[in-house]
Amino acid sequence: MRKAVISSSDTPSPAGETPVANDPSAGYEGPPDYRVIGRHAVFPQTSHDEIERINFLAQMNRHLAARVVPGVKAAFDTRVVPAFEAQHGRAMADRHEARRALLEDPAFQTWSALRRMTMEQRQQAGRWTALRQREQLNAVAHALTEGDQRLSLDPSLPIPRYVSAVDHHCMPGSYHSEYFPGDVVNGANYDHGGFVTTGGLLGKYSDGGGHAVVKWVRRNLPDFKPQKILEIGGTVGHSSLPLAQAFPEAEMTIVDLGAPVLRYGLARAKSLGVDNISFVQASGEDLSIYPDASFDWIQTTMFLHELSTKALRAIFAETRRLLKPGGIVLHVEQPQYAPDMPLFEQAMRDWDAFYNNEPFWSRMHEMDLDAEMVAAGFDADKLIHGGVTGVVDRELFPDAEEDDTEDYGRKAAWHVIGAVA
Amino acid sequence: MSFSDALAGAGAKPAGKRPYFLEPQVERVLAITMSIAQELAVVRQRNDTLERLLLSKGVLTQGEIDAYVPDRGASAERQMWNQEFIARILRIVQQENEAVTTSHDVASGDVGEELARDG
Repeated sequence: MRKAVISSSDTPSPAGETPVANDPSAGYEGPPDYRVIGRHAVFPQTSHDEIERINFLAQMNRHLAARVVPGVKAAFDTRVVPAFEAQHGRAMADRHEARRALLEDPAFQTWSALRRMTMEQRQQAGRWTALRQREQLNAVAHALTEGDQRLSLDPSLPIPRYVSAVDHHCMPGSYHSEYFPGDVVNGANYDHGGFVTTGGLLGKYSDGGGHAVVKWVRRNLPDFKPQKILEIGGTVGHSSLPLAQAFPEAEMTIVDLGAPVLRYGLARAKSLGVDNISFVQASGEDLSIYPDASFDWIQTTMFLHELSTKALRAIFAETRRLLKPGGIVLHVEQPQYAPDMPLFEQAMRDWDAFYNNEPFWSRMHEMDLDAEMVAAGFDADKLIHGGVTGVVDRELFPDAEEDDTEDYGRKAAWHVIGAVA
Repeated sequence: MSFSDALAGAGAKPAGKRPYFLEPQVERVLAITMSIAQELAVVRQRNDTLERLLLSKGVLTQGEIDAYVPDRGASAERQMWNQEFIARILRIVQQENEAVTTSHDVASGDVGEELARDG
């Protein structure tokens, strides 16, 4: 009999061994220990306590999603809806009425306050780790990227208001702020602290989204052999590297507005042995640096919701112009608000728009993306619709496909909208 | 980067007005409490790391911590630490309760005005 108490003398079960009934680890569901996360040369060093801060915050997010949100749902059904109907003499009309009514309820107030605090604590924890070693990180990134033609920065690039007005995800300085020349701090913070939000659902290198897209393309477009791939808004390359790795003969380009994430991204890619990617500072709204029909595949991953309506339209038009005949564009996003989506779910999904500094989230998710694609010049009968879930190493990480925790916006399960040019 | 710059930068406010879901005073206290909860979790895990290292190196044996019985002196020290700890955390409860029976309490500002009038 194995002891029920975990101790250092318990060795991990060899692969394939049936778990012992009273082994507490057999019943564990939740984020893996942060120590299993993949590390590369420009990844910040993390002390014991910094790791445990991240573990705690990942568990907080899981607790809020798994254990607190059901109470908010119950409060909505039993208190918020009846109170609204009694007061107004009618049912709630839309998600905005649902959200405003929820704001009056203590269950939603407490959940919201805790969720906001967890995000603020995550930013402080990640930024502390990145800032305290910023000179070392800068030196590593500099050594890996200096003189490399695959990094192309444009300090004169204007930062549009949809990025500068509020810092997305309460991330001070967002993707673009530089604290000194050559700075990579905001890339390092974004990269290593993302685990708090995803709880490991994106895998060892936070790249489960990219692997999912590759899997989708291989399954649905088996003959597709791209030579030129573009990712718009690719930040540090989390989701893009799997594409470059899956098609090693292709040349990949990542464009983003933020110099710190691009610098960090090239250093990260090189240290992970991925050499067919260039990182270019440019706006997806104006990619006139590339001639018409330059790319076989244009990708965006969890990016559209950080734009504005005008920017989304400009980017769609650029993707149409830049695609070669027969090329594909794929946008991976959370699902749109459909008429049959319950108002509670819509209001909960809207949380990030109002309280986590993602102002376009709400409007983007009510747009008719099919119509926008057609308006950008794509054929209505060549539109692509699909769904993907994060693909991860199942020995170490929870599988998004099997995870039934609903976090309304953060689960690693997405919709794909795209088109063949 | 200096230590104090890193401290300030780590806690920097993001662009965008902060939403409040509770009374601001309550939310402020809750935020401080949750930060303390985070740090307590960190300390607990550090303690666990230490125990596991001591076990693996044979300094401790399995069950030794749970079986530990402090002697009379150590027991008193530990219980006094508990009393001190609780009293420190619940200081405001003590002071508010003392205020109930302190009928002669005056506000400092009022005393200031009173003293000014006295010239």
